Amino acid sequence: MPIIKVKGLSYRYPGSSRTVLKNITLNIDEGEYVVITGPSGCGKTTLCRCFNGLIPHFYGGNLEGEIIVNGFPVKETSTSTLAQYVGMVFQEPESQLFLLSVEREVAFGLENLGLPREEIVKRVDEALKLVGISHLRDRAPHELSGGEQQKVALAACIAMQPKILVLDEPTANLDPISAVNILNLLQSLRNKLGVTIILVEHRLEAVASVADRFIVMNDGMIVSDGDPRDVLSSTNIEGLGVGVPKVIQLYKDLKRRNVIFNLVPLTPKEVKACLMEVLEFD
Amino acid sequence: MIEISDLWFDYDGFPVLRGVSLKIELGEVVAIMGENGAGKTTLIRHFNGLLKPKRGYVKVFGVDTREATVAELSRRVGLVFQNPDHQLFAETVFDEVAFALKNFGFPEDVIERRVEWVLKMLDLYDLKDRSPFSLSGGERKRVAIASILSYDPDIIVFDEPTVGQDYGQKERLAQLIKLLKSQSKIIVVVTHDVEFVAENFPRVVLLSKGRVIADGSTRRVLTDEKLIRRANLLLPQVTQVAKHLVEFGVPGDLMWVSEIKGAILKVLGRGCT
Repeated sequence: MPIIKVKGLSYRYPGSSRTVLKNITLNIDEGEYVVITGPSGCGKTTLCRCFNGLIPHFYGGNLEGEIIVNGFPVKETSTSTLAQYVGMVFQEPESQLFLLSVEREVAFGLENLGLPREEIVKRVDEALKLVGISHLRDRAPHELSGGEQQKVALAACIAMQPKILVLDEPTANLDPISAVNILNLLQSLRNKLGVTIILVEHRLEAVASVADRFIVMNDGMIVSDGDPRDVLSSTNIEGLGVGVPKVIQLYKDLKRRNVIFNLVPLTPKEVKACLMEVLEFD
Repeated sequence: MIEISDLWFDYDGFPVLRGVSLKIELGEVVAIMGENGAGKTTLIRHFNGLLKPKRGYVKVFGVDTREATVAELSRRVGLVFQNPDHQLFAETVFDEVAFALKNFGFPEDVIERRVEWVLKMLDLYDLKDRSPFSLSGGERKRVAIASILSYDPDIIVFDEPTVGQDYGQKERLAQLIKLLKSQSKIIVVVTHDVEFVAENFPRVVLLSKGRVIADGSTRRVLTDEKLIRRANLLLPQVTQVAKHLVEFGVPGDLMWVSEIKGAILKVLGRGCT
């Protein structure tokens, strides 16, 4: 069942003559883990802003076509209603954080929902633990490092228990191990709770093996959409400036030398398995 | 050059740097890496005197940063912040990039020429009359870089320059770093981007919990699994592949696709074709 349906979506920001989304049609199923990538300015952030109604309600502009999120037509639904189902984590956590302690920050959205105190305490505890920042509970968000702030923003979002999580380069400021931990955390939210994950990302090494589906955008359009192995190895995306993982580059380079793996590898471990098969065949 | 000796720093008693010593010579390109909260940003803020050592010293071209103002140091040390919004304030991209030059009292024609040069180099020239705040995150980041490069400091420090940049922009950034190196500048880059460092940097300083835990060639540092783990980093993906293939006689310190390709062809007995 699609939880997001997009049909014939085109969009221009107010005062701009440039169409940043061009006739996009897309369904995302409930519980899917989708990575959206593409060169800067391709429209991926704009597309994500449509999922929680920031477009058109906050940004205005000219929107054509249809977006239905969790059954709600976005054009006719308030952002506060959509916010109950769609959580957003942005690239710059600072723009999202404003309170004096991490705990207050994570509790803020829950207080606004008018939840009972015990429920708030429980959800804050869980969210801090899930993201691995219980020890930062009493610290002031503006004193934390960029990576720590990003984790706070994510915890605040998870505490709201959204059905859809939209994350715009959430690991950009994180060290690689913290980044992998966050990606795995997203995967377990998907596996355990069926949360739909939509992740905008440039660095594809770590996400290639956790996502179900890759969407590559260019110039406001979707140019490739499907299984990560097919998308990343397709010739469609060559020359677009997409940072294809090194294992895929290796796969392509070896293929040019007539070493054919029977699988497009997404991890170093898979490279080994592929190589062993070639050796056996020899 | 930059000379740091036994540098200690804390925020309200919370220790961030615990005895950092480091030397960087002119013409060097150095990546500073380490876990979130390792003290990387705190360290580079000492280079232009934004922060002053609580213990130890930082000398920039022989000048102790405690004996110079930020304004004096900034003339020679340009710091590009992690978040460009901390840096940008002018009404147009042109004014933003010209600001420091005007401040330093350069003549109008030099300002015009320098700004045009740097905007073109960073692919920003078409945006010169726009407000920096109307630009995308990646574009704002490049404006912040341009506003530093325009006044030609000897030391250029980038804090997480690849964040939010796509592959093509990263390639251009790498080109820019090479160009700056050829001008014998010191380039220091704080980053988590292991792949970017493996491809473009000769030297890595690893910081962990406020201490330097390694300082040496990129190949030695980034392929050392124990060190990498301590600093919350990952091995470059090619190195991970190499370590999976050690039993086939593949060396475990490969970093580039061309190297691992060669090693695999050799395993398959097709090395010389």
